[in-house]
Amino acid sequence: MKQLTAPRMDQCIGCHSCSLACARLIHQRISWSCAGIRIHSAGGLSTGFAAVHCLACDPAPCVAACPTGAFSQRRGGGVVVRKKLCIRCGQCVAACPVDAVCRNPDGEVFVCIHCGRCVAFCPQDCLELADMAGILEASR
Amino acid sequence: MIRDEFRVLCVDLTGGKGRIERLDGRSQVAGGSGLAALLYGRYGRNDLPWDAPEQPLIFAIGPLTGYFPLMSKTVCAFRSAYHNQYTESHAGGRTAFALRFADLDALVVTGRAARLSCLAIGGRQLEIKDVGFMAGMDADAAGKLLRRMFRDGSGHRSILRIGPAGEIGSVMACINVDSYRHFGRLGAGALMGAKNLKGIVIHGDGDFVQPAGSAYGKLFEEVYRQVTATEMMHKYYSLGTAGNLQGLNDIGSLPWRNLQKTSDPAIAGMTGQAFADSTLLRNGACSGCPVGCIHIGYVREKVADDNRYHYHQVPYDYEPIFAAGTMLGVTRPFDVLRILEVMEKVCIDAMSAGVALAWATEATERGLVSARETVVPLCFGDAAAYCRAADLLGRGANDFYRLLGMGTLRAAEVHGGADFACVLGQEMAGYATGELFFAAQTLGFRHSHLDTAAYSFDQKHADKDVGRAVDFLVADEPGRAFLTSMVACLFARSVYTDSRLAECLDAVGYATLAGSVADVAEHIRRLRWRTRIATGFDPDALDIPKRFYDVRTWKGAVDRAYLDALKREYGRRILQLAGDDRDIGEGR
Repeated sequence: MKQLTAPRMDQCIGCHSCSLACARLIHQRISWSCAGIRIHSAGGLSTGFAAVHCLACDPAPCVAACPTGAFSQRRGGGVVVRKKLCIRCGQCVAACPVDAVCRNPDGEVFVCIHCGRCVAFCPQDCLELADMAGILEASR
Repeated sequence: MIRDEFRVLCVDLTGGKGRIERLDGRSQVAGGSGLAALLYGRYGRNDLPWDAPEQPLIFAIGPLTGYFPLMSKTVCAFRSAYHNQYTESHAGGRTAFALRFADLDALVVTGRAARLSCLAIGGRQLEIKDVGFMAGMDADAAGKLLRRMFRDGSGHRSILRIGPAGEIGSVMACINVDSYRHFGRLGAGALMGAKNLKGIVIHGDGDFVQPAGSAYGKLFEEVYRQVTATEMMHKYYSLGTAGNLQGLNDIGSLPWRNLQKTSDPAIAGMTGQAFADSTLLRNGACSGCPVGCIHIGYVREKVADDNRYHYHQVPYDYEPIFAAGTMLGVTRPFDVLRILEVMEKVCIDAMSAGVALAWATEATERGLVSARETVVPLCFGDAAAYCRAADLLGRGANDFYRLLGMGTLRAAEVHGGADFACVLGQEMAGYATGELFFAAQTLGFRHSHLDTAAYSFDQKHADKDVGRAVDFLVADEPGRAFLTSMVACLFARSVYTDSRLAECLDAVGYATLAGSVADVAEHIRRLRWRTRIATGFDPDALDIPKRFYDVRTWKGAVDRAYLDALKREYGRRILQLAGDDRDIGEGR
């Protein structure tokens, strides 16, 4: 199974086009935060940018934390999300060790599903949907 | 969120409270520039000076902010410390997105805090904190401290702050936006200082349902492809605006040494390519803009013999390089960045400060001022002296610098030298392209090269047809006023034509506005000018200093009669547009 990776974040310009694309194409939202990938500066813009997204844990702690089965384990890492089952308890948000699950003011959660639709909207080619079979050789 | 009314957060610093106001007018003023003028009409006081606590400091975004690429700017509107008239300054960074996702069309700040304060706002936040300990703090340190004080929303918030220049009320004081952008011109920073407002933190973490139907998504992708696949992307990303240095020097339109020259062989070390080769670290972008035109260079200083170095990042563009480089006779990129870094820290508009220091240098050469006033002897090309002088200017270190900080012409009134003060309404922008630009910047709404395309017209037309030239300015302005009401980056003006904007507005649900772009554009243009004129704009009161009549461009020597006729006719047309058709020659 392929995974979203961000191997060239040194090239990121902080335009948020990836987040906007995810929100628009996957969640039918207009947002720079309610998305499976979010771009953050770390201590001000002078330090560059980090992409916050699901790193495809297997097993995924967010799946274990989910009390309703809305999050289930994705083959090869990450999660499959069934929003209809979500009760917006936020347990997945707390369980994620890399802060990859975002919650909007209404409690709805957003996480990367590794579909790769954001990749084409990165103007700097920072992102990649990669086969992680050789994970130790791949840059994430 | 798409809605016909405007949702505006009004904060009164005197009372320490805010309120949400909902205002009609979307189909008449759109947003951005139009909304700002509407808000100034509602909250501004024409009977009070710029620094009266009642005066509003307005930040407004547009109906397409967050919905389409390059809708990434914010309009800051205020009564200017520079000329006590209504004006605008525009900046990118994250402010526009932070306001959008805080679900605000505008922020209006009135009143004056009892002590130096910081305002933090968001979708579910309004907080005013005492930051008396930040008095005199430079913009860099203030940004770091504000990030520590307000931890939520890293990456999705905008931090505006002023430095010492704003706190002392210099009319050259700017507002730093997210470290690398600025509300630069006409003293917005002074108004924050007058309000005892050191910083504004805006946190936008909301989300909105995407416009219904497939039209929006398809149109977004089309526009996105257009802005990323065209030459525009390459031009602004690669060398950026600094790429214009060589070309303007080649045609004799780049101001050097207080505009004593318009071309110089030293350009070889000062091209956009030279800056990129030696100083460029990386590019950045305003939120929602895939182009990434922000160029960030670096300076590295040895501070002690045992290999101790300081390292700083400094943004550069054509305009700051002109102001802190060629205008001052400074010809090494790292030296230019060192001067700009000082200007960044004291938070003073680089263009204004560079032009002011260029005047002070020529005034020194002519014996009108000396080190008694300037503290450090000023000499064209002496970067170390300019670093010191920029700090003294930004901090208002003595009577001379406090006076110079009120505008070059104010200093010239006292010391002489008005003939060679390079002021066109405000300190000049870096385009000595010819008569039309000189007239247009002098009278333009923001006294900016972006008010009109006069600098471009000059480069293409050698004839002297006053009617045709002024017709061009008058016809060019409504489209720009509409773009700055969206609020689009003006770099995208070739993409966002009127018809394209109408499609975008229609796709997100503003059908009425989409059907009346031309009419609304004209209405906004006139509303802005009426607002400006009501606060004292008078074209007769603005003179063009002698230095501009001595300039030689690719067309040859400036034609005095042609320049005067352009200014006279453009002033007449502006007043006519705004409903005041008095004979411009009569004065008030």
